[in-house]
Amino acid sequence: MSETASRLRGKDLLGIADLDVSEINLILDTAEAMKEVASRSIKKVPTLRGKTVINLFFEPSTRTRTSFEIAEKRLSADTLNIAIAMSSVVKGETLIDTALNLEAIAPAIMVVRHASSGACHLLARTCRAGIVNAGDGTHEHPTQGLLDAFTIRERKGRIAGLKIAIVGDLLHSRVFRSNILLLTKLGADVWACGPPTLMPPGLDRLGVHATTRVDEAVDGADAIMMLRIQLERMQGGFFPSLREYFTVFGMTPERVRLAKPDAIIMHPGPMNRGVEIASEVADGPASVILDQVTNGVAVRMAVLYLLAGGGENEAAA
Amino acid sequence: MPIVMDADRVSRSLMRIAHEIVERNRGVDQLALVGVRTRGVPIARRLASLLLTITGREVPNGALDITLYRDDLMRHAVGPQPIVRPTEIPFSIDDRHIILVDDVLFTGRTIRAALDALIDFGRPRTIQLVVLVDRGHRELPIKADYVGKNLPTALAETIRVRLSEVDEVDEVSIERAEGDQA
Repeated sequence: MSETASRLRGKDLLGIADLDVSEINLILDTAEAMKEVASRSIKKVPTLRGKTVINLFFEPSTRTRTSFEIAEKRLSADTLNIAIAMSSVVKGETLIDTALNLEAIAPAIMVVRHASSGACHLLARTCRAGIVNAGDGTHEHPTQGLLDAFTIRERKGRIAGLKIAIVGDLLHSRVFRSNILLLTKLGADVWACGPPTLMPPGLDRLGVHATTRVDEAVDGADAIMMLRIQLERMQGGFFPSLREYFTVFGMTPERVRLAKPDAIIMHPGPMNRGVEIASEVADGPASVILDQVTNGVAVRMAVLYLLAGGGENEAAA
Repeated sequence: MPIVMDADRVSRSLMRIAHEIVERNRGVDQLALVGVRTRGVPIARRLASLLLTITGREVPNGALDITLYRDDLMRHAVGPQPIVRPTEIPFSIDDRHIILVDDVLFTGRTIRAALDALIDFGRPRTIQLVVLVDRGHRELPIKADYVGKNLPTALAETIRVRLSEVDEVDEVSIERAEGDQA
């Protein structure tokens, strides 16, 4: 039987790197209970009633922000969305000053997305409120990693021993970083695949198999996780053309057939159809892409409950 | 650590309660059992089995986790944070007579949370409460309809219910808090 903690050690969720296996299991087990709440006709529990959660997004986001907001509302928290383009940041206020001003409202949790890696760590050291990293630069996106692991565990019953291929723009992906940390901690056999120009150095030190051959990565895989080509983060030419990228690295039905017959196809979204994934694969029977979205709410409810639901943040709340 | 109910006494109490449920509800039509996690769940299952024996009719039963409805979560850190487990009520509770089942009735706050949780699932016709032990010290106006044993206790005492499904033995004991000489 796998080890499960009784609580999270810190007030923040900054990255998978800070979690041990028992804490990861606690979040995943709690998310199972939270998923049951989402199946009810009244999808709301009073758990975080009277607590304020601020969604502080310095980068555009639709699905992550919406997912957090639904999770907060289902737990009865009071939510506040700060659209940074409309805030004092555009007048020159620093990140720390913004956060300290918001903290004067006494939130229990601040959910933060920022273009700079490490921004959440800076806020966590400064603020009494719990900080949940909703994506910081190319560093980590821990709740995405957790929802991916939850989806794999839900479909496969386990994670240890599974072959999981992660294919795409590894260099710019915070999802990739969170996932390799999480899946290797849970004992998966992780294969990372992408163009040489989009592979971060030192992958072998992270305990994953690195390859530039998609067929090798997906051969016998239990799960194939596709990553988006992040054109907005690319300063130079990392590959000749989108068409060529799809030909060499795109997930096609032919490539999926190399994986196990019951393999699942994952994508954190938003998808570039016809670039990293063919529509027949994205919409096919093996796709769990929409399950990932559903599970994201349950996982975020679990994280918010575990960070704000136990009274430890009383001073801030 | 005096044993106040042994396996035989637990078994006889549940049989009596099952008969009382049948008598009070004039059968088991539109009845359903919902056990409060953790030990209310096996008690509800045992009652369902006894009701089947007595009436020949299956009574649906489910499991309710009340952690997300607790009113003490926000107040102070009291030991380990409760681990949330799934609620499993695989039937509609609308217009049913729900028999809510728990092991010990103490302050009434668990049952208040359970009532809140149940009502989020629908609108039962009635909710009746079964407890194996009523130890008193109510903080809310809640009273059980069926009681295995009334057990007046001191606040410093703890009632420990062990059931074979969870603890490998059926017994109810009273434990005194360490260092308490009263």
